[in-house]
Amino acid sequence: MNARGIVTLLVVAALLWMSITFLELNTSELFNAETLTSFGAYLLQFFPPDTSGPFLGKLLSGSLETVAISALSTLLAAIAGLLIAVPAAGRFGIAPRLGARMLLNALRSVPELVFAALMVIAAGLGPFPGTLALALHTTGVLGRLFAEALENTPRAPADALLHAGSPRVAAFFYGTLPNVLPQCVAYALYRWEINIRMAAVLGFVGAGGLGQMLHVSLSLFHQQQACAVILAMLAIVILVDEASALLRRRLA
Amino acid sequence: MSVSAASAASLHPRDPAALSRLALTLLALAALWPALQITEFNPAVLFEPGNAHTMGRFLGQFIPPATAPEFLRLVGKSTLETLAIANVGIALAFLIAFPLSLATSTALSKSAIGPAPDWRLRRALRYPGRALLILLRGIPELVWALLFVRAVGLGPTAGVLALAITYGGMLGKVYAEIYESSATQPARALMQAGAGRLQAFFYGVLPVVLPEMVSYTVYRWECAVRASVIMGFVGAGGLGQQLELSMRMLNGAEACTILLTFLLLVLLADAVSALFRRWLA
Repeated sequence: MNARGIVTLLVVAALLWMSITFLELNTSELFNAETLTSFGAYLLQFFPPDTSGPFLGKLLSGSLETVAISALSTLLAAIAGLLIAVPAAGRFGIAPRLGARMLLNALRSVPELVFAALMVIAAGLGPFPGTLALALHTTGVLGRLFAEALENTPRAPADALLHAGSPRVAAFFYGTLPNVLPQCVAYALYRWEINIRMAAVLGFVGAGGLGQMLHVSLSLFHQQQACAVILAMLAIVILVDEASALLRRRLA
Repeated sequence: MSVSAASAASLHPRDPAALSRLALTLLALAALWPALQITEFNPAVLFEPGNAHTMGRFLGQFIPPATAPEFLRLVGKSTLETLAIANVGIALAFLIAFPLSLATSTALSKSAIGPAPDWRLRRALRYPGRALLILLRGIPELVWALLFVRAVGLGPTAGVLALAITYGGMLGKVYAEIYESSATQPARALMQAGAGRLQAFFYGVLPVVLPEMVSYTVYRWECAVRASVIMGFVGAGGLGQQLELSMRMLNGAEACTILLTFLLLVLLADAVSALFRRWLA
């Protein structure tokens, strides 16, 4: 091992030690027999998961809600993102470009959960604030990706249309958009995958879906229902993972 | 898409693609209708007097941000706590991930280079490890955090444990993939010469894959900083917990300060991780 590696290791170890002392983590208290047995007892309360008919129905509607939140928010974000991406790609000059970029950066850097908490203040509990929150954050992400796609696309087709006397809007729709649309759709689908996962947990702050169900059942000490909700989340995550991997392999 | 189809239909009646595009858009809208119903989509809610007033007052307080020294000290302490959660969480995640990655990777498979009498057993043993990794990373960290808050109480411990578990699962999977995608000749040569699996790993695999492993781990640390802020929202300590408190009390000025701190922290984590990776490269 070279000197650089040793220095790195020492620095990392020192930082870690500082972190542990700062957090006042008491490992002996955390991992002694008593806490472990009480933790084990708590875990056992989660089994067997609640699979009674009415609850399964609620679970299904919660899962549908989660999928609906993610799909709708991704679509809204794709539309809004495209609208902001046009100025952000510099189509209307420098000042609108800077403004649009700043807006996109601001939207992108606020986490979904913070937006969700904000939207719950603005629109009350339920799936609607969750949809808005995901849409806001995703607009920032997709807008930036779309703007980059727009900047990198060849200008020749749109220029040819403009020189032939086409109006600017038509030149954009027929000369530029067809070139970037496949890439934009791919980005939007990729974000949808992430948003399904996010939609499952946004409910912790009251924004609907499976998350809200989990929060409620944990708060009411219905551990077996909570276990069923967690299993549903796990199923959604694994399903989405496998489906997207399969799709990508097909497309590759 | 809908804009393009609509304007296409009105502006260019001779556009050959207009009809199919219009049909596609209408079909998409029809498919979307249930989604609008399920999500109770109703923007008018935002402009109801009560909601608009509360939100307006909350956002109005954002400027100026809170700068009382006592509050700033609290924010500083929470920021450090967030960083410490990320550090300890990643360290524990590594402790979980490293053994599991060794157990589940096929890079050290002896049956790949020649007869190995116990290959069926060895292969069967990989599956529970993989299933464990999927379970660890498949449940979102926020759910783990919520569960641990119930189990060990409010505070950073829940955040550390949740990070350790989820990121342990992610790191374990990626480490195993890194071993498998690296050049396997050195390790195979060692094993053919009679070295044990661990020897082959430390002298044949690790030197090749170390840079990539370090780089990925540092990237994950960066994600962990962000995640530990977010996990605070369910009570797992750090900056997020302060933000949740301020938002629940509708204190816009404090929320603004904390949000700005969060943005700074994320930028800082980005820079540190980039610097660190360049330094090691």
